[in-house]
Amino acid sequence: MRSFLTFLRNPLGAISAVMVLILVLLALFAPEIWGAQAAQTDTSALLQGPSDAHPLGTDGLGRDLLLRTLVATRLSLGMALIATVLGLVFGLLLGALPSVLGPRVQRLFSSIISTWLAFPVLLVAMLTVILFGPSSASAVVALGLTMVPSFARLAQTLSSRVGGSEYLAAARMMGVSRGNQFTRYVLPNIAEPIIVNVTLSIGGGLLALSSLSFLGVGVQPPDFDWGRMLSEGFDQVYTNPTAVVGPGVAVVFAGVAFGTLGESLAAHLRNQGRGGVLSRRRLGPAPRVADRAKAAADGALLTVDGLSVSFPSATGWVRPVQDVSFSVAPGEIVGVVGESGSGKSVALMAVAQLSAAGAAVTAQQLRFDGDDLLDLPPAVLKRRLGTKIGVVFQDSLTALNPALRVGTQLAEIPRFHAKDARRAAHAKAVAALDDVSIDEPERRSRQFPHEYSGGMRQRALIAMSQIGKPRLIIADEPTTALDVTVQQRVLALLRRECEETGAAAIVVSHDIAVLAELCQRILVMYAGRIVEDVDVRLLATPDKLAHPYTRALAESLPDLDTDRTQPLATIPGEPPDLSLPLVGCGFAARCAFATEQCFAQTPEPLAHAHAHGGRVACWHPQDGVPISGILGEPTAATATNRTTQEVR
Amino acid sequence: MLDHASARTDTVAVFLRRRRHGNPWLRFLLRRTMRMLIAMFVIIAVAFFVLRLSGGDPVRAALGATADEAVVQARRDQLGLNDPLIVQFWNYLVGILHGDLGASLITGRSVSELVENRLPATLELAGISFAIVLLVAVPVGLGIAILTQGSRHRGVEVSFTGITGLIAAIPEYLLGVALVVVFAVTLHMFPVAGRSGPVSYVLPVLAMTVASWASLSRIARVEALNTLSDDYVRTARSKRIPAAWVYFRHALPNMLTATLTIGGTLLSTMIASSVLVEKVFNWPGLGSAFVEAIATKDYGIVQGLALVYAAIILVINLAVDIVLSLLDRRTTLLETT
Repeated sequence: MRSFLTFLRNPLGAISAVMVLILVLLALFAPEIWGAQAAQTDTSALLQGPSDAHPLGTDGLGRDLLLRTLVATRLSLGMALIATVLGLVFGLLLGALPSVLGPRVQRLFSSIISTWLAFPVLLVAMLTVILFGPSSASAVVALGLTMVPSFARLAQTLSSRVGGSEYLAAARMMGVSRGNQFTRYVLPNIAEPIIVNVTLSIGGGLLALSSLSFLGVGVQPPDFDWGRMLSEGFDQVYTNPTAVVGPGVAVVFAGVAFGTLGESLAAHLRNQGRGGVLSRRRLGPAPRVADRAKAAADGALLTVDGLSVSFPSATGWVRPVQDVSFSVAPGEIVGVVGESGSGKSVALMAVAQLSAAGAAVTAQQLRFDGDDLLDLPPAVLKRRLGTKIGVVFQDSLTALNPALRVGTQLAEIPRFHAKDARRAAHAKAVAALDDVSIDEPERRSRQFPHEYSGGMRQRALIAMSQIGKPRLIIADEPTTALDVTVQQRVLALLRRECEETGAAAIVVSHDIAVLAELCQRILVMYAGRIVEDVDVRLLATPDKLAHPYTRALAESLPDLDTDRTQPLATIPGEPPDLSLPLVGCGFAARCAFATEQCFAQTPEPLAHAHAHGGRVACWHPQDGVPISGILGEPTAATATNRTTQEVR
Repeated sequence: MLDHASARTDTVAVFLRRRRHGNPWLRFLLRRTMRMLIAMFVIIAVAFFVLRLSGGDPVRAALGATADEAVVQARRDQLGLNDPLIVQFWNYLVGILHGDLGASLITGRSVSELVENRLPATLELAGISFAIVLLVAVPVGLGIAILTQGSRHRGVEVSFTGITGLIAAIPEYLLGVALVVVFAVTLHMFPVAGRSGPVSYVLPVLAMTVASWASLSRIARVEALNTLSDDYVRTARSKRIPAAWVYFRHALPNMLTATLTIGGTLLSTMIASSVLVEKVFNWPGLGSAFVEAIATKDYGIVQGLALVYAAIILVINLAVDIVLSLLDRRTTLLETT
């Protein structure tokens, strides 16, 4: 019920619901009220145009066309309804039953349905009506039959989704009878989409039935529906063109009413739990850091200062990246580590100017190679960036275009940026593939991505990021989808490329071991912020790390010396919900050392030039405290802190 | 012979052996053609038997209730209607294979001749309309998707969905009637009916295209939105190549597969609605002949033309399958395995 009320709050949904209500009321009452009048002939007023007495004119027997249009609602709507019910019942039987009957039956049904579905509804209906002889009843039956396959297909898709589900498998193992499987497990899970389809089918059926009547094979006189009235009106279109207005408007009104209602219902079901997105006006301006003095460039290749990335949602801005600042020197390899959802990929895509559509990127400055990227208009930005930033994406299967040959995708960069001819660009692409040790690069360049193995695709992506000789390489989880041996090759390749070209690199990973091998410095991200910026060598000595989160991460990294009789260390708790404003330290709720201050004030990594030479965003840096204090039993000093936390 | 555990590896072996023989694409083509022929056979059989078993005596109906019984019998013999049903069906099948689609029970004119005269006009109308729908709907869908992705420009999105929803709810024949009333009868800008010169194409083509355009461009927009949020589009953007190139070379081919799948269904639907539009504009195609035959209860023609329509639809579906398989090699390969 509440769900229905939220549905009505959507303007299109509300309007279409009212339109359908009007139609239903007309269908119920119009024949009772105006039925006799609409049948009354008037030989003194044949085929008249609009007048006060007859707002839409009269037909060949002098009957009022407005009243006839209203009265015809019952037949038009009723026939569509009966046809849909027929289609629904037989479609459900045909489509949903095979899911409990086994795969062979399923396949047979599926091929019957797809052939049947290939025929347009109207054509099948016309032929069926002809077989049965033209009449209202046969039109309804014909249309119902034509609806069977689409309902069956729908029920089949839905129920095979249910049929493959774990809860049905469980029910089967528990010995629930087939009948009960169908009524208790299959049917309830397919009901909602079917309701949507029924609504759409009534609308479609109404239009199709009016077409049949228009052809003269549907409703026969003296009965009349809108199609019949249109057909009669069209015969006199020269003498009285307004005769088609009433039924024409009625048909479109009904079509729009049911069509929009069905679509709004579908949209409503899709959005349930997800919610739409607030309008720009209600969202307000995108969050950004308060103005402060800009950090000096000091010869860095990339200076990120106060970067925030926000996405609109149903409740306001979600902020996966909040006030992130760091810089990268030329030739430096920097790692970014953090768990899923810590904002590391989002932040780096914003740096590369590749944020998803709708994202709001704000920053104090975003300076790359002498330009502030956020100050430049898009066209200039594109030209300035050119090939200076190369990106290696995470999932090599989806990151390459399945419809284009790999060589073509690589050659695009020299073609557009170096203005190479097609042949020269292709030669460069082949050379780039050869460079990442892909065998037979000429032949491979003419293949599609799906013909490559996972490791080859990842190498091809690295080749793609290299081909324009970039100054900065951004690698977003370059080894996540690969097995360990391939991972090593890809990492070695990445390191070699950087050494050879002198490019700087930012490598994102949730795997701290990968970064330890590749980088000079790592940035640790948590809940959209950088919590520690530290020399990578310190990872080997966790007690020299300052932030409790970094220490926990380093500690959770198993190596050959790890005591395997003990369970692996994990960090209890969940990261905070970033759709809510985050006050204080994001890690505070999971931190054993958190105090009032941690929940009230956000620690700034900038303000803290730390003893270990990096930056730390923490009110209680832990360099001196043994690591067991974080994960194991709290020490006496931290026990009091924990109490504070619980009091909150 | 096969126990359960080795069945799986055996299937793999069979698959590998098969792959070595023959082109997978060719086998795909062969399978689809076979499927089409089977479907056609079923349709012919259904059309034949249902029409023979239902409804009274077609000869009596054609010659009228007053005709002499001897004349009716003679005519039945002449048409072979007194043979066993299965023999009749065989003769009917052989006839179809020789291009004999039957004849009018009233005038005796052959259906094949009718098809020869009328089919071009129908294919022309449907073909032109379909081409226009594709050419206009796909770019519009892509354009609106580019404009509205990431829930930007909500106003554009709402008005686009609203307007196309309204237009898609107008059936072709009704739009045809409206166009005739406004532009032909009232404004005299275009001829009311017939096929004579380029001007006479405007209204029928418009009637055929508008609703299909609306529904296809909505589908195209959704497909384009899905495609634009795919990872490889971001990869293409990372190369800083021209936006138009990203949209047309990277996004378009990928959204086309799904759009064309639905486009194929749309073409079939347009063939069906051409029957009504031809009636409205008195277009000299198959449709108006079909409607006329229905009105005069000339079942010989109705049956013949029904088969022609069924064949057109099956051929369209096969063609769409082939085009799709060429566009998306992966699907084809997967399906043949």
